[in-house]
Amino acid sequence: MNYLEQVTYMKPEMLLLAQVVLLILLDLFSGKTIKKQFDNIACGLFIVCSVISALPANTGEAFGGMFTTTSMTQIVKVILNLGTILVFLQARVWANNEQTKHKRSEIYILTLSTLMGMNLMISAGHFLLFYLGLELASLPLTTLIAYNKYEETSIEAGAKFVLIAAFSSGMMLFGISLFYGAVGAEGLYFDSMSKLLSATPLQLLALVFFLSGLAFKISLVPFHLWTADVYQGAPTNVSAYLSVISKGAAVFALMFLTLKLFGNIFEYWQYIVAALIVLTITVGNLFAMRQTNVKRFLGFSSISQAGYIMLGMMGIGTGDPMGMTSVVFYLLVYLVSNIGIFAVVSVIENNSNKLTISDYNGLYKTNPYLSIAMMLFLFSLGGIPPFAGFFSKFFVFMSAANDGWYVLDFIALINTVISLYYYLLIVKAMFINENENPIAAIKTDGASKIGLAVCLAGTLALGVFSGVYTGLSQFAY
Amino acid sequence: MNIPMSFYIILSLIMFFCGVYGFITRKNLIAMLMSLELILNAVNINFAVFNRFLFPGQMEGMFFTIFIIGVAAAETALAIAIIINVFRSVDKIEADELKKMKY
Repeated sequence: MNYLEQVTYMKPEMLLLAQVVLLILLDLFSGKTIKKQFDNIACGLFIVCSVISALPANTGEAFGGMFTTTSMTQIVKVILNLGTILVFLQARVWANNEQTKHKRSEIYILTLSTLMGMNLMISAGHFLLFYLGLELASLPLTTLIAYNKYEETSIEAGAKFVLIAAFSSGMMLFGISLFYGAVGAEGLYFDSMSKLLSATPLQLLALVFFLSGLAFKISLVPFHLWTADVYQGAPTNVSAYLSVISKGAAVFALMFLTLKLFGNIFEYWQYIVAALIVLTITVGNLFAMRQTNVKRFLGFSSISQAGYIMLGMMGIGTGDPMGMTSVVFYLLVYLVSNIGIFAVVSVIENNSNKLTISDYNGLYKTNPYLSIAMMLFLFSLGGIPPFAGFFSKFFVFMSAANDGWYVLDFIALINTVISLYYYLLIVKAMFINENENPIAAIKTDGASKIGLAVCLAGTLALGVFSGVYTGLSQFAY
Repeated sequence: MNIPMSFYIILSLIMFFCGVYGFITRKNLIAMLMSLELILNAVNINFAVFNRFLFPGQMEGMFFTIFIIGVAAAETALAIAIIINVFRSVDKIEADELKKMKY
């Protein structure tokens, strides 16, 4: 097979690369009129390219197994693209404020390069490509987190993130190096390694190192300590990107790795995953309850959501197609609801600079539409029936129960009730609490409105129309 | 050429855990960065040694080492840029100064 044909397998990545190069050139050489329209050009280009990369394409292995695509990887990439579009839409105001206006093109360029890294990570078939994708995903993200360079919180978050990211990838690399020593006889291809895996102590040690490195990225307890700080300090839209796209990509990467490589020794590490899930859900919930800052609160809530996502991993390990479907579906639902919440928070922050939960008191009186949208998103995250969040939680629980993890399901269920308490705290603040001077009426900008509308439609429709879930399940294996 | 492989592995293990220990205990951000380099270099030794002793017929480990060195350089450049930013905002590069957000 010639190389040119193999490159077509990498369509989404190639399109992203082309966009990054094009945007850099535009930023360098274009005149004033184009620069003024830079947001629109970048968003429009990205939407067009996402549509093109969503079209069905050949699936298979390229470059001797370095790069693999299946229909599921394509769907997952489309989901990540959708989330990035939503983040771009809500980032419009932040990109154009006084501090960041002169370098706003970098937001788009850096975000697209992280997205490309995530795509490479997802469809990697070799540990080298996986590692490079991971680094490409985390290095530009650091610069985005430290983007507001005159704000101390942003700098602090950037410093914490860059050190933790480097530390976690060091842990992961140590695991990979042990894997290489144990089963690297035919190279670091997932295919050839999975045949040699046999759960010797050295391989399990390597697996633990590797998993802990990846758990930093997914922010599972006890590797979660950076999460809340970084989410609070980073610009709100970057937090949205971190909490959904970055975390989602890491989960998907772990999912495909489990399918391709670690599945055959799943019985040896399933209890590690179970313990991580219990810890993650419980600790995330308990800490979320006592937060006063909305972004920090959302950070802890996203930690506990990561635990629920990992519930679906129990099914993936045993090769149950339902596990995979439920994880992808959960992430899709989590994406629309969480990005929706962050959109509301960023609209409020941009207009009034208020970020504590008590500032939201009486929001319903002045901004009824925003508060209703926020309420629906929170209900969806909490898992109240008619909304999508209920169905995604239901499927995840069901897939874990299919494999006999009843106790795990029970603990997660109790935690759902706890999580309802703190999600409803915000709803109570908005609708019931009195406030002398609530946040003034806000005129939401057009782009955020579109983003909010898409998120709302997703939250309301994804659960009710069962076609989404059954459609996804056709591609799971 | 008759140093056994285990010597190299022990060296890399010691380096790795020194790095982890240093990363946790050091207060200075630059010292933390140096500990990170220790971790990455321990990994490099591992890859090179496994390749040389166990699988001399292939080059995967060596390639991986080269890529790690390259990426580590990028990572360090980025971290130092951010540390300079920290220095500008708080006039120190101690990790203890980064305490605006806690709990």
